[in-house]
Amino acid sequence: MGGYTGEELTAIFLMQGFSGLSLFCVFLLMALGLAIIFGQMGVINMAHGEFLTLGAYITYLVSYVASDVWPFLLDYYFPVAIILAFVGTFILGYLVERFLIRFLYNRPLDTLLATWGLGLIMQQIFRSTFGPREKSVVMPDWLMGSYQATDMVDIPLNGLLVVGITIVLTIAVFFLLYRSRWGIKVRATTQNRMMANAAGINTERVDRLTFALGCGIAGVAGAAFTTIASTGPTTGSLYIVDTFLVVVFGGAASLLGTVASAFGIAQAQSILSFFLSGSMAKVITLMTVVGILMFRPQGLFASKVRR
Amino acid sequence: MGTTDKTGNQRALSGGTGWRRSLMTLAASVMLASGANAAPATSEVNTTGLAVTDDTVTVGILHSLTGTMAISETGSVQAEKLAIEQINAQGGVLGRQIKIIQEDGASDWPTFAEKSHKLLERDKVATVFGCWTSASRKAVLPVFEKDNGLLYYPTFYEGLEESHNVFYTGQEATQQILAGLNWAHDKLGAKTFYLVGSDYIWPRTSMKIARKHIENVLHGKVVGEEYYPLGSTQFGSLINKIKLKKPDLVFGAVVGGSNVAWFKQLNAAGLTFKKQPMLTISVTEDEVLGIGGENVEGLYSSMKYFQSLDLPGNKEFVDAFKKKYGEDAVIGDVTESAYLGPWLWKRAVEAAGSFDVDKVVAASPDMEWDNSPHGYLKVDKNHHLWMRTRIGQWKADGQADVVWESDVIKPNPFPEGYQ
Repeated sequence: MGGYTGEELTAIFLMQGFSGLSLFCVFLLMALGLAIIFGQMGVINMAHGEFLTLGAYITYLVSYVASDVWPFLLDYYFPVAIILAFVGTFILGYLVERFLIRFLYNRPLDTLLATWGLGLIMQQIFRSTFGPREKSVVMPDWLMGSYQATDMVDIPLNGLLVVGITIVLTIAVFFLLYRSRWGIKVRATTQNRMMANAAGINTERVDRLTFALGCGIAGVAGAAFTTIASTGPTTGSLYIVDTFLVVVFGGAASLLGTVASAFGIAQAQSILSFFLSGSMAKVITLMTVVGILMFRPQGLFASKVRR
Repeated sequence: MGTTDKTGNQRALSGGTGWRRSLMTLAASVMLASGANAAPATSEVNTTGLAVTDDTVTVGILHSLTGTMAISETGSVQAEKLAIEQINAQGGVLGRQIKIIQEDGASDWPTFAEKSHKLLERDKVATVFGCWTSASRKAVLPVFEKDNGLLYYPTFYEGLEESHNVFYTGQEATQQILAGLNWAHDKLGAKTFYLVGSDYIWPRTSMKIARKHIENVLHGKVVGEEYYPLGSTQFGSLINKIKLKKPDLVFGAVVGGSNVAWFKQLNAAGLTFKKQPMLTISVTEDEVLGIGGENVEGLYSSMKYFQSLDLPGNKEFVDAFKKKYGEDAVIGDVTESAYLGPWLWKRAVEAAGSFDVDKVVAASPDMEWDNSPHGYLKVDKNHHLWMRTRIGQWKADGQADVVWESDVIKPNPFPEGYQ
């Protein structure tokens, strides 16, 4: 790295660190919902990306109302959008479990096809409703631009927001799963459905809420991603491969595994794309993940699930 | 052989001069012609069994209405339908009203091939307006060549293709790239360049041409060249690299959903276009709609057309487009190219006096159009168009100020020394 001053290199190092951190948060945010659905319930939900898109569109609608109907609300709409995105996708997830998924437990291949079809249907509904073109979500002023730490170091504000949301959501999910009564029921159902049933847990209800919660989290992720990326009918499908990758690599049914794998993949990709190029970074990351999974098919953190 | 050439040339010339008059007089003369019941007999104008009757002619529109590409192709469909509607209002082509059969390519290249089969062999359409990606065009090309169909293709693309059966109404790569780079070199004083694109054929071919031009003609330096997979949404590392290398100009060809993420993140990282000039060949009014004007303020695009162009032909076009599709409708470069297709076909058919594909093709070269929405154009023998390149600078309202325009540039789909 000849020809650069120490100050420049430090600044780049810091910003590169932040860009790795924000990539980690993006991965974790999109994987959290799936970690619950796929990890805890073993349901392969191919429509996960479309729930994310729905969250993004709900954010768009709220921003549209805020900017065109009540402009004085523009600065404050974002928290409202996040809550509505969660509620909307939660309800849809609940209905999908009630009327589709629950008939397909123990039939993983059928679930895969059914949810993939559901994803296609949702995509086309978005396309017919909102039009095929991408929508641009109007950002409040406080989310635009960057925080200038020094002359050289710029920290993007929207990146900070995504980091913030990720931290809050991860802690919330952790508490829900490992520190609440509902979490105990979920884990009991995951580990041994029959025994859980016998112990008086309404496992059907647990399933429904778990699935809905996973979808709701996808909705929040979608809302958060409107600040850094596009909002269109196929937005969700941009994330779905990476999402499964993170969850599978981390090991199903392990929240810690998901966090660790999101961190590993994000750092690898971020650093590699700095020293090589975007495409090469992707190739090398994928090959490494495949390589590790060949020797450790259960993922980084082995699960204690009895299947 | 000699005689056909001669008559072909005469037809082309008369077509050309007729077109130099304004569209209005042209419309009037056509209406007069059809009013006088002068439509030539079907047996004369259609010797190859196309779907032409005494008062109608059927054409095909083949774009993606569903799937990932619908986002881009919608504008093209709208423009083609508008042009056909206008032509019909003026009395049609050779006294025949144009009927449309529309097929959905569904963003899937084999589907494009299958649908073009259907349009050409079962529906016997006289011409097809369609395709958007190079992949879809490559998929239908063998079908059009085998069935001797006719395709008007609207997108600016990488060049390296020329077919008897296709007219390319967008820019080939050199028209878009070379003039833009020359401008950046002369007006911005750019000597170091950073090339960024999505990872597929169009950006890669374009960047190859750009690199040769920068190194061999402008004697500048390429300090970085990078491709990101289609659909990438994270550009943090790339942005940091650009910050470190501080090129005089970033030359970009990022497409699709990636485009939105790329500009949002550039802006958020404090890399505004005041600090870091950037020229792109992939952002039109359509894309700005999704990216948001505030994220591209100050960015330069190299295109042949901008909605804000102050030309008489463009005023008419924009007014008609907004009247049909609403005040909020935006028109990008490709949408305008798509609008040219039906008009070029109509002129060629009338110059040829026939719907036969071979005669239409023979009548097309050297046709001129003074008042197209983007100004003067001419059809070249290589089936591409002579046109100007313009540099537009984007404003927060999603429209561009045209800051520079080139002379009319001859299309050169097989540039020597650039491959």
